Amino acid sequence: MSANRYDVIVIGAGHNGLVTASYLAKAGQKVLVLEAGEQMGGAAQTREFAKGYRTSAVAHILHALHPKVIADLGLEGHGLRATQHRIGTSAMLPGGGRLDITDDKAATQASINRFSPADALAWHPRMERLVRLAGALGSFLMKTPPSPSPAANDFQTKLALGMFAVQLRLMGKKDMLELSRILTINVADLANDFFESDVIKGMLGLEATLGVYLGPRSPNTVFNLLYRLASLSQKHGQGGFYLPQGGMGAVVDALAKAATSAGVTIRTQAPVDHILIEKDAAVGVVLANGEECRAPVVASSADPQRTLLHLVQPGNLDTEFLRRMRHLRMNGCVAKVHLALDALPDVFRQAQGRMVVAPSTNYVEHAFDCAKYGRVSDNPALEIVIPTLTDPSLAPSGKHVASILCQYAPYKLRETTQDEARSQVLERTLNVLEQIAPGVRNQVAASEVLTPHDLEATFNLSGGQWHQGEVTLDQVFFLRPAASFQQYRMPLPGLWLCGAGAHPGGNVSGAAGANAAREILKDLKKTASKGAA
Amino acid sequence: MTHVQHLKPFLKKTPFHEPMEAMMHGAGWIRWQGYYSPAYFDSTQSEYMAARNGATVYDVSPLIKYAIRGKDAAKFANYLVTRDLTKVAPMNVAYTAWCDDDGRMIEEGTLFRLGPNDFLLNAALHQLHWLNESAYGFSVEIEEISEQLAGLSLQGPNSRVILEVLGVQGIGKLPHFGIMETTVDGHWLRIDRAGFTGDLGYEVWVKPQDAIWLWETLFRIGDPYKIAPMGGHALEMTRVEAGFILVDVDYIGAHHAIRPTQRVSPIEAGIGWAVALKKDAYFVGKRALQKEKAEGSSRFILSGIEIEGRKPAPGAFLYADEKGTKELGLTTSAMWSPLLKKNIAFAQIPIAYTKPGTEMWIEIWYPKEKKIERSMVKCWARNRMFFDPPRKKEVV
Amino acid sequence: MGTKYDAIVIGGGHNGLVTAAYLAKGGEKEGKNKLKVLVLERYHKVGGAAMSEEIHPGFTYSTCSYVCSLLRPEIFRFLDLPRHGLQVIPYEINSSPNHEGEGIITYSDHDRTRESLRRHSIKDAEAYDHYAAEISRQCRFIKPLLMVTPPDPTRLNPFAQNKINPWGKRNDLEGLLKIAHEFGRMGEKQMYEIIRFWTMSIGDFLDEYFETPRWKGFAAASSIIGTALGPYSPGTAYVLLHHYMGEVDGQIGAWGFARGGMGSVSKAIASAATEAGVEIRTNAEVAKVIIRGGKAVGVTLANGEEIYARTVVSNADPKRTYLKLIEKSDLDAIDPDIHSYAKNFKIRGSSGKLNIALDGLPQFAGLPKESAWGTIDIGGDFDYIERAYDDYKYGSWSKRPFLDIVIPTTVDPTMAPPGKHFMSVFVQYVPYKLGEQPWTPEMKAAFEKDVLDTIEMNAPGFRDLILHCQTRTPWDIENEVGLTEGNIFQGELTLDQMLFNRPFPGLGQYRGPFDNFYMCGSGTHPGGGVMGAPGANAAREMLKDFKHGVV
Repeated sequence: MSANRYDVIVIGAGHNGLVTASYLAKAGQKVLVLEAGEQMGGAAQTREFAKGYRTSAVAHILHALHPKVIADLGLEGHGLRATQHRIGTSAMLPGGGRLDITDDKAATQASINRFSPADALAWHPRMERLVRLAGALGSFLMKTPPSPSPAANDFQTKLALGMFAVQLRLMGKKDMLELSRILTINVADLANDFFESDVIKGMLGLEATLGVYLGPRSPNTVFNLLYRLASLSQKHGQGGFYLPQGGMGAVVDALAKAATSAGVTIRTQAPVDHILIEKDAAVGVVLANGEECRAPVVASSADPQRTLLHLVQPGNLDTEFLRRMRHLRMNGCVAKVHLALDALPDVFRQAQGRMVVAPSTNYVEHAFDCAKYGRVSDNPALEIVIPTLTDPSLAPSGKHVASILCQYAPYKLRETTQDEARSQVLERTLNVLEQIAPGVRNQVAASEVLTPHDLEATFNLSGGQWHQGEVTLDQVFFLRPAASFQQYRMPLPGLWLCGAGAHPGGNVSGAAGANAAREILKDLKKTASKGAA
Repeated sequence: MTHVQHLKPFLKKTPFHEPMEAMMHGAGWIRWQGYYSPAYFDSTQSEYMAARNGATVYDVSPLIKYAIRGKDAAKFANYLVTRDLTKVAPMNVAYTAWCDDDGRMIEEGTLFRLGPNDFLLNAALHQLHWLNESAYGFSVEIEEISEQLAGLSLQGPNSRVILEVLGVQGIGKLPHFGIMETTVDGHWLRIDRAGFTGDLGYEVWVKPQDAIWLWETLFRIGDPYKIAPMGGHALEMTRVEAGFILVDVDYIGAHHAIRPTQRVSPIEAGIGWAVALKKDAYFVGKRALQKEKAEGSSRFILSGIEIEGRKPAPGAFLYADEKGTKELGLTTSAMWSPLLKKNIAFAQIPIAYTKPGTEMWIEIWYPKEKKIERSMVKCWARNRMFFDPPRKKEVV
Repeated sequence: MGTKYDAIVIGGGHNGLVTAAYLAKGGEKEGKNKLKVLVLERYHKVGGAAMSEEIHPGFTYSTCSYVCSLLRPEIFRFLDLPRHGLQVIPYEINSSPNHEGEGIITYSDHDRTRESLRRHSIKDAEAYDHYAAEISRQCRFIKPLLMVTPPDPTRLNPFAQNKINPWGKRNDLEGLLKIAHEFGRMGEKQMYEIIRFWTMSIGDFLDEYFETPRWKGFAAASSIIGTALGPYSPGTAYVLLHHYMGEVDGQIGAWGFARGGMGSVSKAIASAATEAGVEIRTNAEVAKVIIRGGKAVGVTLANGEEIYARTVVSNADPKRTYLKLIEKSDLDAIDPDIHSYAKNFKIRGSSGKLNIALDGLPQFAGLPKESAWGTIDIGGDFDYIERAYDDYKYGSWSKRPFLDIVIPTTVDPTMAPPGKHFMSVFVQYVPYKLGEQPWTPEMKAAFEKDVLDTIEMNAPGFRDLILHCQTRTPWDIENEVGLTEGNIFQGELTLDQMLFNRPFPGLGQYRGPFDNFYMCGSGTHPGGGVMGAPGANAAREMLKDFKHGVV
């Protein structure tokens, strides 16, 4: 076998690409991973944004990494400390005041009680029920989505579907009815049904819309909330929010070690120009420098649009399929703001680690209205973490880093230029921060803003969409990335999708990569047995 | 009275409308994609006879025409259609199908290759949306140019001599499916040797402002050659004899099918010969069609049949036995052919029955005075091209 | 306790009347079991929201609903409504004026619509064929769903009927098998398209076909009528179908006027019901449903009179039924969740109505005169509608609203004095309350002015033609017609409140939580519009229970 021939080529060394590569290598395949950037990790890396200041470049909280992936790949043996720094959530109110949600039930209740005694009583039962409902959906994270046409499913998929049905029944009639009622409603209505205080409604509104181009009053947003909650159960995720030691890059380092020790070859700064196609099938890739690498299986962890509209050259796929890919909703709407702080305001220190600024439903809805008309939100909703509180090594001694998600900063701007958008994001984020921690503006030593456009340019995420396609009801499960192609196999023979653009979607979970590897192996086994016969 | 009667008429007139109207006796207009189109001028029978024995003129201007040009035009066209266009030289016509992702036929029609990267697609249905969708990633310009050309289909054994008299140099050398461009009396003409009658025939295209000149000149010089105008009804007879299929009559266009299972593949529509499964490049629906071919999953083939007796049998069921216990399929188009003296039809039948000569039974319901009666008669599979005279392809 | 009646129908709206007529005839097959039915209507005439009244001398106003087409042909035929005076006149033109350029016009004739669209964009005109075919495909699937009782997904056999009626499953199973069969015939691909379509927004759907912003805004209109949603809200694509399912003369998507105004619909159904032996009492407001031992046994009128019957069926909306007509203690005795379902039921009104008497026919900007024969939609691109929606979201009426206008007198001149016209203006979006404040006369006047200004802008000179104007907000609609929060569909048409979840999860089969208690209004499957399907479906379920002796 020549040097450039492999069993499997994985495009992209994001966390999903590394997971797929590791699973396949552990099963004895010769795997090559090709990464365009200098650094591995894709959207899950640690980045130095100012001299001496580092932070997780895109995703900054670990909550969804699937326990099965950790166990299967032995990530803890490769240095992963996923659950070292558990954090709670504080809803910060502009002008002062906050509400704390932590593991301590009594303290949480007491905190809510200051805003609404009724909500203090309602909080735990309501949220526990939601997590229970989310759990029913969560069990499908590590499964291949079935087809609604029964004949199209293999035995394993049928079994999974059957188990899912059984699980729904076990939920009991009341929960099942509740799930069918709330699955498609909007989070503003749900919050109104359950709670009375603005601060809780606003917080839920942000949780349900973070990363999707929808507002709290848009239907189907409760689904997003459940999707998020699913990963907060021990079974389907980490059971809480964690700040990874060393930033998200540390997770990728563990994954890379696992991959390398399984025999995977990883090449960085090796951007793929296009997928090599012979006789209407993928047979390898051509790098930007013209070099050819060949393998009968090409698994792309790049997003579906990048993979199928750009890496596959025109004239190799069918019209309706491509049209579906072009119309994927991938309108990124979150900007990332990194601040280097000379000193940390006390309010940040006292909060529970993860701070959200979304004081009411209308606050978030107004923020969304701006995005609707192609503008950066006048008053953005924020999610803030201070990674240096748990890992001081990320900044020079005594200094701090704030890592902030700013919603909404739409990818599709109308009358704003990219440069204007970037400065608006920073300015408006600081305005909001100033209302929470007066004087913080003066502590900012350096800053970086990554708008969806920057995310696209830096991390090859089409539309700057974090999840490689919004995780909404019409783009999940057997509709992800497109109907009939939900089982990781793309219409071009030999080409597979193994990134978040496939089921079950985004977050640093590794589930898509693991599922794709399982399907690829199934297929290889079939081909092998056919060859033997 | 419906409101529409309060509204202004809106059907469009082709450039040939005035002279056609002057020759029309019975106001036999029908609608064709928003245009007035003649159903018949005087009598369908005489127009049919003129087509087979003299020459007829049929207004094809309402055909929808798309110009496909640009750097990637050849690559794109080859991706769009089922024929292998690398084997079609410039100034030639390719009859071809185009399919959706599932290899189901959207439509079939003629594609003119005017230059290496210059194509003209003739369609009966509106296709711009599909063309644009398919063109993603290709450097091509697609333009609907229907009203930039006016066309007459001049068909019949005398058609060539009429064009010779008209002064078209080298018309005798123009091969079947060839295209030529020339100038007569200062008028630009594009002539292609194709048509819908299965006989010797040409399509003559001019600029719309030259339409009246073309019509009047053809009828003036064609008079000794029994030239006659023809309507859609006579054309329908000739195209069935010639074995040509018609969208939404012999098959449902994939985009018109309400139930996706009603769509058919070009193989099923009996034009499998126009599907180049072995061409190097991929084309839309290729994988699905390869699968159909490999698995033999075609549900039927649209074939020709000849029926005992002379009762026309449109929409009739075919059976394997006289008792009618095993149903085979159903006819689409059907007619008594006055020229061949045969009762002919197209029928969707399983592939096992398509070998010419295979005997089947057909159930025909026909009017007998005021009653509808049933008869079960024999029929035989035939080549669908019932009428195929050597002069169709002859070069002189 | 003497029970003179087999069934009492609360409310003489069109669905209540349909249920009554079906029960009195013994069902679709005119069985032996003809019931004795009493309809109780609080107003002085029947009709509910399908009502015609002479508000201004000489003019017949269709005061609430204003177009007809959703009425199921099965009901039309079974009740022989033409014999009872109902005639629906299809209209063949829909248009949208444009004061800055050429307006948009569509016709019932496909070729003509395409030609009309070509004036705006060749691409859109050509895509229209594909769009229309896709809509037909979607409609074909939904239509058979309308006249069946939704299955209950929480039962082990989801096709089995209510627990009290295990024998009744056959009828429904047939219907569902038909649907399953239809679904199967579609193939995997169309199944996916349907699933996707039900969850997507009309904005995303139209973006896949068209480029002209005004045309897209126009095409989206049906998707937002009567909803509390904007064009980019997921789930709105389905609402489009709900309006496209209208059928006149077998033509899908066609709409029509009822000759003599919408009141003729109710009048005809009432006449058919009376002929079948139904007793109708007007000015008879029901105050409470009497529940004894977990069973509905009758009703108490507002004047204290008690009337008993073997069954009670409510045509009132779910919120009114479960929060006003039924005692909370009665509900809690059965299942405390029902009260919270009713409380959380989404029934926000979002539409208002102006009924205007005109001295002559207005001329709309950018449109030919004949556009007045059909509907005239005043709107714009998606932004126009989204901005209208934004006003509503934060508790105000749309300052520049979307308007759906018809002038039925162009088709039926008997509804106004010669040369004069009646104009019905449907206004989207109008909230039930202004924030937390109720409507005041000043606010209502300001609202009316905004609507009239919007029309004037699109039909210069219109104001001078006004002889009389009646303005109705959702608040008025609640008070006058009894629809909670003025919601014209008796409950929002969102996925969570459809099929087996309509009105509430677990009560999707027309049976209430009490024995002998039923629902038959638009708050049940398949929902709103002058369709009659809920009424007919409810009657079928009731008759099954009568037949099997469970009542």
